[in-house]
Amino acid sequence: MAYSDKVIDHYTNPRNVGTLDKSSHKVGTGLVGAPECGDVMRLQIEVGEDNVITDAKFKTFGCGSAIASSSLATEWLKGKSIDDAMKIDNMDIVEELALPPVKIHCSVLAEDAIKAAINDFRVKNGMAPIESEKVHH
Amino acid sequence: MNLPIYLDNNATTPMDPRVLEAMLPYFTTKFGNAASRNHPFGWVAEEGVDYAREQVAKLIGASEKEIIFTSGATESDNLAIKGVFEMYKEKGNHIVTTVTEHKAVLDACKHVEKLGGKVTYLPVKEDGLVDLELLEQSMTPETILVSVMYGNNEIGVIQPIKEISAIAHKHGALFMTDAVQAVGKIPVNVNTDGIDLLALSAHKIYGPKGVGALYVRRKGPRVKVTAQMDGGGHERGMRSGTLNVPGIVGLGKACELCGQEMESEAKRLSALRDKLQTSLLELEESYVNGNVEHRLPHVANISFKYVEGEGLMMAMKDLAVSSGSACTSASLEPSYVLKSLGLSDDLAHSSIRFGLGRFTTEEEVDYAIEVTKKSVNHLRELSPLWEMFKEGVDLSKIEWAEH
Repeated sequence: MAYSDKVIDHYTNPRNVGTLDKSSHKVGTGLVGAPECGDVMRLQIEVGEDNVITDAKFKTFGCGSAIASSSLATEWLKGKSIDDAMKIDNMDIVEELALPPVKIHCSVLAEDAIKAAINDFRVKNGMAPIESEKVHH
Repeated sequence: MNLPIYLDNNATTPMDPRVLEAMLPYFTTKFGNAASRNHPFGWVAEEGVDYAREQVAKLIGASEKEIIFTSGATESDNLAIKGVFEMYKEKGNHIVTTVTEHKAVLDACKHVEKLGGKVTYLPVKEDGLVDLELLEQSMTPETILVSVMYGNNEIGVIQPIKEISAIAHKHGALFMTDAVQAVGKIPVNVNTDGIDLLALSAHKIYGPKGVGALYVRRKGPRVKVTAQMDGGGHERGMRSGTLNVPGIVGLGKACELCGQEMESEAKRLSALRDKLQTSLLELEESYVNGNVEHRLPHVANISFKYVEGEGLMMAMKDLAVSSGSACTSASLEPSYVLKSLGLSDDLAHSSIRFGLGRFTTEEEVDYAIEVTKKSVNHLRELSPLWEMFKEGVDLSKIEWAEH
């Protein structure tokens, strides 16, 4: 299967690889997926004043599309408010990276990781988690 | 050294130029139909086929009369299993095979089940070998066929064929083997191994695609299979269809070359494979899959823990290898062969199969070692599982959200 140029770009030069201090109250961590399924994503956000995301980092165990999806997600998250970040849809990732149908689950995982990171931050800071009612494509 | 490097010789092999040379006249000047008995064009084609039949037979210790040419090993497997089931169904309806067989065998067996047959799919031991006691216990008076592959395509393990065929024969069943990966790579002899039916393919032994053969024993016992294709009654009535003369000539030549070069090739390739394996096992948390004592000389299947196989293959873009991970398939199921060894799904997802071949050089192996090590280390830097492992987190204690 051929990968799109954007997937190859993110895979070859992944943005924002790394680890934030998960014990910090400013940091939200989302760990989604399972080793048995062949992909695990850990996405972390650091949230500053006015609930704006100031930094984002990821580490991913998975195929090229999973790595690219999480790399792209970190790029999109920086500078967004956590409310706007909550609106990132997996299909936006599919479109941006031109993922084929068999790789849509990678984008779903990235969206789940974003939401999990935001909710982790919210809970840490006394806010109620936002339940996602979305049915994935 | 040219890139990319081909290390997927269990999937297919490049054709040996000497094979191509042997085939070429049969496309143009010697184009006749081998079944045309009344003019020289037919005779010349038939001569080519007859010679190829001897070459194939010689490689496996058979008589040329026992070779049925087919379109490849998938057809040979189908013909053997369905053909034996139809021919011997009065005698019994039970077939024994293993869970690590090639899909051509497994799916042919499933077809037989739909026709009312009973099939036992034996599990294998952790090292990929058949448990002989379990095989013995699975035999019934109804068992007509035992089908166990000679060498496995994913992990390269070689089954104890002599012992398996002896058990089959003791219980009055025929023994069939899919020997696609073994023929031409290691000595295979239908008589000393006790084989009644054997499937082989040209394109795994540096011959052309689209041609293979089924060995069908003629003496002690005389084995018959019901044809699965109706037509002109070619190949002793077992496989109708105009013979693929150039392909058959190529298969013959490929077999001849393997017979001549197998011994030295096996030594050369196992030395290269061992070098590759030893170097890659220097990486932390890397494991060989399958038995290493009873293994084809050119294969190594290695899992690199905490790295996903498909992602790894993408990093090793100048290496053509294959992975037990099936991230592309809708099911997300990793290799059924690796899982049947009792490998956890994450290790199965982390596996890479290296398949060396006749044209693999030491320089290429050295390059493969370097690229693989670099890629594994790179992806581990990206892997949250590797980080957790390094921090001493027990990954099995985490509640993963399976999706």
